[in-house]
Amino acid sequence: MTYLLVQTLNGLFSAALLFLIASGLTLAFGVMRIVNIAHGSFVMLGVYVAYTVTTRTHSLLLGTAVALIVVAAVGFVMQRVFLRRFASQPLAQMMMTMGFALFFRDAALMIWGGDPFTLTTPALLNGSMSVGGIVFPWYRLYVIVVAALVGVGLWLLNDRTLIGARVRATVDDPEMAAATGINVSRLSGGVFAAGAALAAFGGVMGGPILGGYAGMDFDLLPLAFVVVIIGGMGSLKGALVGAIVVGMIDNYGKALVPELSYFTLFAPMIVVLAVKPTGLYGRA
Amino acid sequence: MAERKPTGGAWRLPVVVALAIFLLVGPSFLSPYWIGLLTQMVILAILAMSLDLLLGYTGLPSLGHAGFFGVAAYGVGILSTTYHASFWVSVAGGLLTGIILAALLGLIVSHVRDVYFLMITLALGMVLWGVSYRWIPMTGGDNGISGIPRLESHAGLPVTGPLPFYYLSLLVLAVCSILMKRLVTSPFGLTLRGIRENERRMKSLGFNTWVHCYLSYVVSGAFASAAGVMWAYYNGFVSPTYLDLTASSELFLMVTLGGPATLVGPVLGAGAIVLLKNVMSAYTARWLLVLGIVYIVTIMWAPQGLWNLGRRGRL
Repeated sequence: MTYLLVQTLNGLFSAALLFLIASGLTLAFGVMRIVNIAHGSFVMLGVYVAYTVTTRTHSLLLGTAVALIVVAAVGFVMQRVFLRRFASQPLAQMMMTMGFALFFRDAALMIWGGDPFTLTTPALLNGSMSVGGIVFPWYRLYVIVVAALVGVGLWLLNDRTLIGARVRATVDDPEMAAATGINVSRLSGGVFAAGAALAAFGGVMGGPILGGYAGMDFDLLPLAFVVVIIGGMGSLKGALVGAIVVGMIDNYGKALVPELSYFTLFAPMIVVLAVKPTGLYGRA
Repeated sequence: MAERKPTGGAWRLPVVVALAIFLLVGPSFLSPYWIGLLTQMVILAILAMSLDLLLGYTGLPSLGHAGFFGVAAYGVGILSTTYHASFWVSVAGGLLTGIILAALLGLIVSHVRDVYFLMITLALGMVLWGVSYRWIPMTGGDNGISGIPRLESHAGLPVTGPLPFYYLSLLVLAVCSILMKRLVTSPFGLTLRGIRENERRMKSLGFNTWVHCYLSYVVSGAFASAAGVMWAYYNGFVSPTYLDLTASSELFLMVTLGGPATLVGPVLGAGAIVLLKNVMSAYTARWLLVLGIVYIVTIMWAPQGLWNLGRRGRL
């Protein structure tokens, strides 16, 4: 029983990170119809930048802030300078992001080298809590709570503000949204940058446990894709449900049948696709 | 709208003829190193053409296509080393592994289109890579499988050296090109293009678009497997890098750079990428950086591919 509970909490921790990463991917897809191959690179860049800043300044908070700003800026420039020209050409946009993904992958290897590292856990969150025989690290719990707060924040932003209304309008019908006076192009830039920042945040939050290593970008990308495919592309609710499903299955899969961990992860995706090709909450 | 035949491409036929002549007689004057490079180009040209069937003609962007290539190569590798199978068993085994895999995965992917197709094939490609990487007893994991016999000795041919292998690859390329050319100009191929342009209309005309997409996927996988079999014999070695995302994206670039839905374009694209990769490796280890830049430049300035430059009208 304790074992199951701890595994479930671990699964929720994976789900929290996956949600942070996949929500940015699904938002960008919803607004721009873009399959962003460079999304895993944003996670990687985030954790690398945070690492550089924290080793210099010993402030995780500063590192996180700088990582978010830098990666958001990278995303913004990518959208404004390169992707914008190919609006409504999903294949060209995908290939563009593919080019960037390969570029970032090698550039990161060049700048930071191939050695893996982890970010330091904030001193306040060291150690584990222990309730009735269940031992669980404080930091993991903290990540779950933060991701939940981010989720609530995104939902409020999306459902309760003018910006959110504009985003939703653009997701539904970009042309009509533009006709009502929404600057779809600038909105896309903003959403893409925000998605990049969310990915970087996911990377930094996972930093003390998963750390950073060469190749993490392409390791994480399929996970984020599976989450988004299961949940339905463009849907925040879908990203949440997809993240929980994938986080749980991944975690139990690794614990119970480690050899098949890759298989167990993709099985639910195949089932969902067979039953509902657009994902649980996606629209065609 | 009446325009149907592409115009503005008088330079293309001479280029194809010159290319064919070069591929036939050129190697006699080249050093073994360049024959090796040409062999790589020829084998990867088969692979690039196979993706062109899907990407260019059917409009299905597969990002996991290197999977079939790699799995067929593993088929040859495992059969010929672990099981000491004979030449024909290894070749047939490699091909069949790839084709059966395509037939299975096709069931999953054939009802999705566009970006969904892209994401799902990417995810499936990663599964295949994961299997090759983690199923260590069978695949040797990261170390791969080495010691695949040389094709000439395995097949019991009385010849050796790079030149016979090159001409054999060229023969396979020629056969595959003719088959694929016939396929895309057949009524079946025209239906595929119809689906690419307007699936709903094809459906209302009574075509079973699912079956067409499925068959296109399987046939494309079969040709990719043929390339994989040749590649296993060429290198004598198989490793997970054959089917990772980088391999699939290199392949995707070969087709896009060369020109989708042309068959000739991907051959040139494969040649260009192999050449660039080997030339660059003399100067820098940063191949992915270069590849990324080539990707971006291609999309910015030649999104229809080199073979379609200056061409007007639909194919």
